[in-house]
Amino acid sequence: MSLAARQLTPEETSSSGVAAAMPTATVVAFPSAPPPIGAKLRALVAFAAERLLPPAIVLFVIGTIWQLACSQPGASLPPPSQILNDSWELITNPFYDRGGLDKGLFWHILASLKRVAIGYAIAAVTGVALGTLIGQSRLAMRGLDPLFQVLRTVPPLAWLPLSLAAFRDGQPSAVFVIFITSVWPIIINTAVGIRNIPEDYRNVARVLRLNPLEYFVKIMIPAASPYIFSGLRIGIGLSWLAIVAAEMLIGGVGIGFFIWDAWNSSLIGDIIVALVYVGIVGFCLDRLVVTIANAITHGTAGN
Amino acid sequence: MQKPYLSLSLVCKTFNRGAATTEVLRDVSLDVAQGEYVSIIGHSGCGKSTLLNIVAGLTEVSNGVVLLENREVTEPGPDRAVVFQNHSLLPWLTVYENVKLAVDKVFGAAKTAKERHEWTMFSLELVHMGHAKEKRPAEISGGMKQRVGLARALAMEPKVLLLDEPFGALDALTRAHLQDQVMAIHARLGNTVIMITHDVDEAVLLSDRIVMMTNGPAATIGEILPVPLARPRQRVALATDTAYLTCRAAVLRFLYERNRFVEAA
Repeated sequence: MSLAARQLTPEETSSSGVAAAMPTATVVAFPSAPPPIGAKLRALVAFAAERLLPPAIVLFVIGTIWQLACSQPGASLPPPSQILNDSWELITNPFYDRGGLDKGLFWHILASLKRVAIGYAIAAVTGVALGTLIGQSRLAMRGLDPLFQVLRTVPPLAWLPLSLAAFRDGQPSAVFVIFITSVWPIIINTAVGIRNIPEDYRNVARVLRLNPLEYFVKIMIPAASPYIFSGLRIGIGLSWLAIVAAEMLIGGVGIGFFIWDAWNSSLIGDIIVALVYVGIVGFCLDRLVVTIANAITHGTAGN
Repeated sequence: MQKPYLSLSLVCKTFNRGAATTEVLRDVSLDVAQGEYVSIIGHSGCGKSTLLNIVAGLTEVSNGVVLLENREVTEPGPDRAVVFQNHSLLPWLTVYENVKLAVDKVFGAAKTAKERHEWTMFSLELVHMGHAKEKRPAEISGGMKQRVGLARALAMEPKVLLLDEPFGALDALTRAHLQDQVMAIHARLGNTVIMITHDVDEAVLLSDRIVMMTNGPAATIGEILPVPLARPRQRVALATDTAYLTCRAAVLRFLYERNRFVEAA
């Protein structure tokens, strides 16, 4: 259809009419001038003052209190200054590798992330599939829901001995613990999302005679995706919680065992540095899922 | 006599919820000719929507039969496209994709990809929404959403277009604007239309015949009023037209002095 043939609707004409009626000329003239660097800089400073300054102040205050509290002789935890001193190599060089378990934090985190990635990926696929099943079928829900409600309250680490017995190896056991920890919120949220698909969307699908596969791909998954993604987000948080605890017990390379090892060597500073890393990585994982969710659901999933 | 295009014969509908049984519709019979614009009007809860859903195939009849071109209606299908009261566009798709979904499904085999694109755009231009094709439903107004819903239904080239209080949720000015567009489209494409409404003026302005439903439970057709007004119709000119006012008064009398009418009938 050519542009000339296109008709303006009242919405269009009214919005463009408003724009034309306003004295826009002076407003438009400003951006056309060379962008003043001072203004950009000022905006940046304003942003920093608004968003970065408050947390920086809070961090500084906490650091100071900590420093003062732990500086007197006989303090059980090291003050920040001593941590910087003792664990300087750990902080500045996360990539060193001297073989065995003597590696930089990057390698430990990477090993943990690999386990999480495998366990979480299995949980995501299984969770969405099972959630769809119990969201869709009343019979499946009656059969499975009570079981899920009981099993989901079992603490992650309680599964570890059982999985060690079943798999006879640390690696798959850790992956299993990640899976079993993160699968429940994914199942339950998916099921709620599927059950809450508006009747209207089902009717649209029926009028269009979508087959079950088309209905699943084009209606069910997108309609439930805000719920599914909130399940996935809870799931990724829980798996990151579980991996540290599981690795403490199974050993090998990984951030959990690193912390345990540091405790056994009385390197309290290393533990604190590792905790900061764990927190930052957990935060990044959460943001990652939120970013993917927003990209896929076009912001309807919220955050 | 020629067979009617769409016919409802002695349609009954009872809903069972546990031990309770509610009879919503009793012995509804109606013949609709091809290209005819029929409105169904009645008070809330009289089963208008149930009747429309039965024609759409979304609800099964308890008794009776619905025939479209002599074939029984048993399930929903794109030959009876519905414009739902609350537009029911899929919020994760753009305006274009919402219509394209219907076009792809209905004409997936019959048309090439290029033809389907052109048909989608044609349908959007019919309701003057081509300019907003990349917008998502959340970004456009209620009236625009309803127009896209209409475009989606028209794009299926339905034998019967079913409108379920399509303008009910809109303000009066937007509603009038949309009514004019529906009249223009009806004049251009000659669709067979069944519209549910509770607006007397809307019914008289748009319809060839107005089907008036008695109150539920066990609602049925109380009276059918032909609207002998020439098309195209102009709402301003009709405001003082005698035939228009007579029809309007007849519907109002039915709706608000209904008991007397039922006794008389």
